[in-house]
Amino acid sequence: MGKDIREDIAWAQINKDVLKSLESPRKLYWVILFIALAMIGVAVGCEIYQYTGGMGVSNKNNSHVWGLYIATFIFWIGMSHSGTLLSAILHLMHADWRKPIYRFAEAMTTFSLMTAGLFVLVHLGRLWQVYYVMPYPNERWVWPNFQSPLVWDMFAIATYLSSSVLFLYVGMIPDLAICRDNIHAGWRKKLYTVMSLGWEGTDRQWRNFRITYLTIACFLIPLAVSVHSIVASDFAMSNMPGWHVTSFPPYFVAGALYSGCAAIITLFIILRYVFRFEEYMTLPIMKKLVRLTFAIAMVWTYLNLIEFASVWYGHDQTAKDQLIFKATGPYAPFFWAMIFFGSILPLMLAFKRIQTHLPILLVVSILLNVGMWLERWMIIAPSFAHGHYPWTWDHDQWPSLVQWGIVFGSFGWFTLLFMVFCKVFPSVSMYEVKEMVYHRSLALKHKPAVKGDY
Amino acid sequence: MSKRHLLALFNDFDEAVAAIAELRAANIKGFDMDDLILKSPIEHPEVEKVLGDKPVHVQWFTLIGACMGGLLAFFLISGAQANFFSQIKGGKPIVPLPPDFVLTYEMFILGGVFITVLGFLICAGLPAKRSSLYSTKVSEDQIGILVKGDESALAAFKTIFTKHKALEIQEEAGK
Repeated sequence: MGKDIREDIAWAQINKDVLKSLESPRKLYWVILFIALAMIGVAVGCEIYQYTGGMGVSNKNNSHVWGLYIATFIFWIGMSHSGTLLSAILHLMHADWRKPIYRFAEAMTTFSLMTAGLFVLVHLGRLWQVYYVMPYPNERWVWPNFQSPLVWDMFAIATYLSSSVLFLYVGMIPDLAICRDNIHAGWRKKLYTVMSLGWEGTDRQWRNFRITYLTIACFLIPLAVSVHSIVASDFAMSNMPGWHVTSFPPYFVAGALYSGCAAIITLFIILRYVFRFEEYMTLPIMKKLVRLTFAIAMVWTYLNLIEFASVWYGHDQTAKDQLIFKATGPYAPFFWAMIFFGSILPLMLAFKRIQTHLPILLVVSILLNVGMWLERWMIIAPSFAHGHYPWTWDHDQWPSLVQWGIVFGSFGWFTLLFMVFCKVFPSVSMYEVKEMVYHRSLALKHKPAVKGDY
Repeated sequence: MSKRHLLALFNDFDEAVAAIAELRAANIKGFDMDDLILKSPIEHPEVEKVLGDKPVHVQWFTLIGACMGGLLAFFLISGAQANFFSQIKGGKPIVPLPPDFVLTYEMFILGGVFITVLGFLICAGLPAKRSSLYSTKVSEDQIGILVKGDESALAAFKTIFTKHKALEIQEEAGK
């Protein structure tokens, strides 16, 4: 395997390359931005129609109360775990190959959470009633039910979002100072000057920075696990067939890491091309990322099998019926597509040639996320369609175009936020790449030239 | 005697460290090692060998923030539940600990993160005004040593910095 990064790359060149990405991306950037805006337009139109017409236009009904909205909510929450994985976990493990790519993964975390939060509002119908989950009593001094996983969700997601934003911001301060020093006029100069807080890279600042970053990383790991465990509790703590599964929390966490990693591969390829980051987002780094994704895909597959086996060999007939319904009923094509995209397709990632073949990886990573989205939908819809009581069964329900439109638009919303971030803030961490180059060149210097030198 | 600032820029980190070590050993009159600041584009923990161990207090903020966050959350939730006369508890505990633990845990983390960042800002002295002697080269690829000393010490500083191949020496009057 080649080098993750060239050790002889000049530090001034690193600044220059990354700062250039703030100014002149390829034309494809503007095309992506335009498409994202158009997608948002579709979603806004659908939401206005739903808001004025009522939830009936979304084709939700008494059985299917959550629909695509909550499936997509889980999908976006899951997507957000990639930033924590790359930033926090790999940071604690001293895996320095993460350095050129962790910043955009962190940004992905933040924007995925912001996208996920929208679905909580959208699925309510009555947007103004969102305060029911806030820790705020009504006029009769009735508080929200703190024993409900839905209230836990609100706390967990708010904590995760604010902590992720702080983690992203704190980690970016030295780079913002670089931007401040190199951009000479305009609103950007003012923005970077304010946001860099007067950072000068003094030994005192670095010393405290190191501990702060490490401490927040240590907090973020259990937080990320708890967030998706709590989202899993929304289901696992009910007694709906197909949801009341002990392994749901780890299954959700593994699924989250999986979809997050697949999304990082997609964005890696896009950013590498759009911002000309070939020097930093290198193929050996991609190889490591692909291998990590493959490993997590296998963990997810294993947890899937465990879930099926425990239902199959258990004594809960309704849960077993639910599993058979998923595999053979009206949702069977989606269920088997989920298995194919989630468990069979990632086997391709085991082949060395594919691990660095960017066009194939782009397609595969998108399909992996299609599989992961289907997984979330296969958790929600079949259980609502085929619950405990036959009179609640509704096998023919299909989400209306309004639901599909809003889900479609959420991808545009995420893309817009993400691409604007990459144009305004450095999406490759300059100081961390310099650290990587510095330590690797030191290691190279101290490496004995001949084996017998020891 | 009035103090003056001097900033020396180095290309090589090892040379900068050697300069600091020599400044320490030289025992220059009118100069205190605590008045030396190293500025670098990346973190160099190894500089502590010559600068001496300097304590970091951010962890204490973390501890206090996390404990406060957890305690506040628990008392808010249990207080709300204890005042929750409108809901019939049906023999179940008024303050159920297992579900309350989840929210306490979340707020423990939130408090920890928020106060850690506050602690970082306080301990690192941020936000700060840009010091009068600053070179943008420090955020690029050069190491800066900022010293403050009596006017009589300036010649000694310059000799040491020049000996260790300083690329540039900037000088400014102190207050």
